[in-house]
Amino acid sequence: MSEQLIQQLVNGLLIGFLYSLIAIGLTMIWGVMNIINFAHGDFLMLSMFISFWLYTLYGLDPIFSIPICTGLLFLLGLLIYKYLVSKVMTGPALAQLVVTFGVSIFIANAAVLLWTPDFKMIEKPLLTGTWSFGTIQLSIPKAVASAGSVLVSLALFLFLRKSKTGKAILATEMNRNSALLMGVNTDRVNALSFAIGSSLVGIAGAFLSMYYYIYPGVGGTFGLISFCIVALGGFGSIEGAFIAGILIGIVQTLGGYFFDPAYKYAIVFAMYLVTVWIRPQGLLGW
Amino acid sequence: MSDAACLEVQGITKRFGGLIANEDVSFTVNQGEILSIIGPNGAGKSTLFNCITGFYRPNAGRIFFRGKDITQHSAHKICKLGVARTFQVVQVISDMTVLENVMTGTYLRTYNRRDVREKAEEILRFTGLYEKRDTLGPDLTIADKKRLEVSMALGTQPTLLMLDEAMAGLTPVELREMMALIRKIRENGVTLIIVEHVMEAVMELSDRVVVINSGRKIVEGVPAEIVRNPEVIQAYLGDRYHA
Amino acid sequence: MGKFTPRQIALYVVVLVALIAFPLVVKGTFPTHVMIMFFMFAMMGVAWNLLGGYAAMFSFGQAAFFGIGAYTSTILLMNYHVNPWIGLVVGGILAALTGAAIGIPCSNLRGHYFAIASIAFAEIVRICFNNWKFVGAAEGLSLPLLPESLGNFMFHSTKVPYYYIMLAFLVLSIFICWYITVNRGGFYLRAIKESHELAKGMGISFVRYRLYAIMVSAFLTAMAGTFYAQYILYLDPESVLILPISVQVVLVAMLGGAGTIMGPVIGAVILIPLSEYTRVWLGTKGTGVDMMLYGVLIMLISAYQPKGVWGLLTAIGKRAK
Repeated sequence: MSEQLIQQLVNGLLIGFLYSLIAIGLTMIWGVMNIINFAHGDFLMLSMFISFWLYTLYGLDPIFSIPICTGLLFLLGLLIYKYLVSKVMTGPALAQLVVTFGVSIFIANAAVLLWTPDFKMIEKPLLTGTWSFGTIQLSIPKAVASAGSVLVSLALFLFLRKSKTGKAILATEMNRNSALLMGVNTDRVNALSFAIGSSLVGIAGAFLSMYYYIYPGVGGTFGLISFCIVALGGFGSIEGAFIAGILIGIVQTLGGYFFDPAYKYAIVFAMYLVTVWIRPQGLLGW
Repeated sequence: MSDAACLEVQGITKRFGGLIANEDVSFTVNQGEILSIIGPNGAGKSTLFNCITGFYRPNAGRIFFRGKDITQHSAHKICKLGVARTFQVVQVISDMTVLENVMTGTYLRTYNRRDVREKAEEILRFTGLYEKRDTLGPDLTIADKKRLEVSMALGTQPTLLMLDEAMAGLTPVELREMMALIRKIRENGVTLIIVEHVMEAVMELSDRVVVINSGRKIVEGVPAEIVRNPEVIQAYLGDRYHA
Repeated sequence: MGKFTPRQIALYVVVLVALIAFPLVVKGTFPTHVMIMFFMFAMMGVAWNLLGGYAAMFSFGQAAFFGIGAYTSTILLMNYHVNPWIGLVVGGILAALTGAAIGIPCSNLRGHYFAIASIAFAEIVRICFNNWKFVGAAEGLSLPLLPESLGNFMFHSTKVPYYYIMLAFLVLSIFICWYITVNRGGFYLRAIKESHELAKGMGISFVRYRLYAIMVSAFLTAMAGTFYAQYILYLDPESVLILPISVQVVLVAMLGGAGTIMGPVIGAVILIPLSEYTRVWLGTKGTGVDMMLYGVLIMLISAYQPKGVWGLLTAIGKRAK
């Protein structure tokens, strides 16, 4: 029984790391420009499809798609920022909320149109199989994806703290006006943050495509969960998103294990609502 | 507890984590008085202000308003009881006109739309904003916005009005006008507590002054005494200056 | 906003008369259906407005109330033979109570935070209904066919009675929301929208007034849900509890002009026929082109005309002066 529990914990951790990566991109965008990218989950979906098509048409293994997915999603983020998001920055709050909804609806349905709603899968990726530690099974693609997620998160963390651009982003996140006064080009910071946030979810998508079903609707649930993670960790807090992602991954897996798996997402959302009641600013938010 | 006491503050202590913002602060405000609370920046004036008006819960101590213990009351209840306040960073309702802003205040006491409107107009005449009653809130100058905030507070028919740095950012002329308004309010039977940095206003308006430094009340008295008090001078100017 | 000029009143009367005359002039089930859907979403948009337009509580979870209304009256009808009109009221009350229950923990949430919480809440409701045998789980419920009558809230030979019922519901909701916002409620909600601190300082219990707004909004939205059940005669979670319904409600209000009473009506009259007709022309292959167009429309409105049509009209009106 307790071995099963450990197995579930391990699984939760694995998915949690991936969740963290997805959420970090989202929280960065939020922290810098107060925009929730409702299309975040759909960006993930797009990245997964890019990886899938690169595999199906050119035989490129998902591991090697990572740079391409990252680059393409970076560009997508830039474009969406330049032509849509930047226009709503000065508008009413409702418009800011809704504009990325429009993007989400468009992308999700375009995917249905182009690729049908059917579930797809990368049949023979390079990384398959499981490692066994006693009775604990560790899926290799999941493990690699998780490890990769942690590395990327760490890289982002370092980039933000150590590099000049990164510091500019952090400064804007903390206090936009002060950053402006310090000579930070906040518009460029916005664009960069949106692009980086999107590219992070691009990496996550490439990882996920190694072992997860690929279909237009996959963005929906991941998207909503990532919002909960961001809110739980505290909007704008990278560390918060990281920790919250792991927490949610574990809660989801354990919740599905102890209760009905059909309710696992309901449990995640309920936990989010409880947290928001007790601590509205999230775990590490300000 | 005397009958003329409007507000009694007893031993208020407020902590934020390890930081003690207010420590054992006590004083009384009599009905019809204008009391100023002064002190250097970071002394804890705003914290005290928020404790009294119900925006913070003090960790220790009690607050009595007209004999009633309001220490644990929520902010809106305290307002209903008759304590109104303004904010350090002036807040008015953005998508409403001046008149509608004040109506939001007068709605506390009546539900009838006509009464609410008439009372609001009366207040605007009193505070001198009647001509601007159809202007949108955000379109006013800072001085007028502050006057609007006062009008909104007056709408709730307070017995005690607390002003948080109402004089900040005003030109000399606007200052005179605000001070005249405050006197007028007191003449109408409202007790006032003002937190202030602008000494001219403190000296001219106050009946009594309470001085806060580093969370503690260091002295209390009439303006003339306060200004000569060595502890007060030390608090503001440091050790090198004497009376 | 409280004062109506004679010209405005005349305009509303004319429009109302035209709407009443519509089914007598335009025959055909599809146009009538489109109008019914327009009324329904207009009603939900007006109900949403109380929350999102006036109090900055951007709810993206109205589908939950819609579904609770629909399911409550249907279950009461199917299992206990309760008249749908009574079921309507019960559903509304249940939705209002649910709204209050979720409103309390979310008391301090505004803007984006509230939006996400509302989505999480609605998803919980959807997932629960999807797995709950008592309400038919994913298979859904088919309403029993009652003899056609107003008392039974069911008609089979024609859609026209549904048209008038829904129109009456819409007029009722407009009146209720207008009454609330033109009196103290409207002032207090706008104060709350500005700042919770300011509201507190003016003696407003923002917690209480937010709950009032949620409860009224939930009740009205649930009414629309019961109507839907009685009209379509079938419900399942995928048709009444899904996020796209909630989003459609927000869009209707936003396109027309959030924060105005009639805004959502204008938004609905544009969006709903667009949605219904494009679905018929383009969507039947299941390709979702109609939704893609929807997405584009949303992107354009938000980015380039966020005040909606009402904003556009008032701007034109100002320039004309």
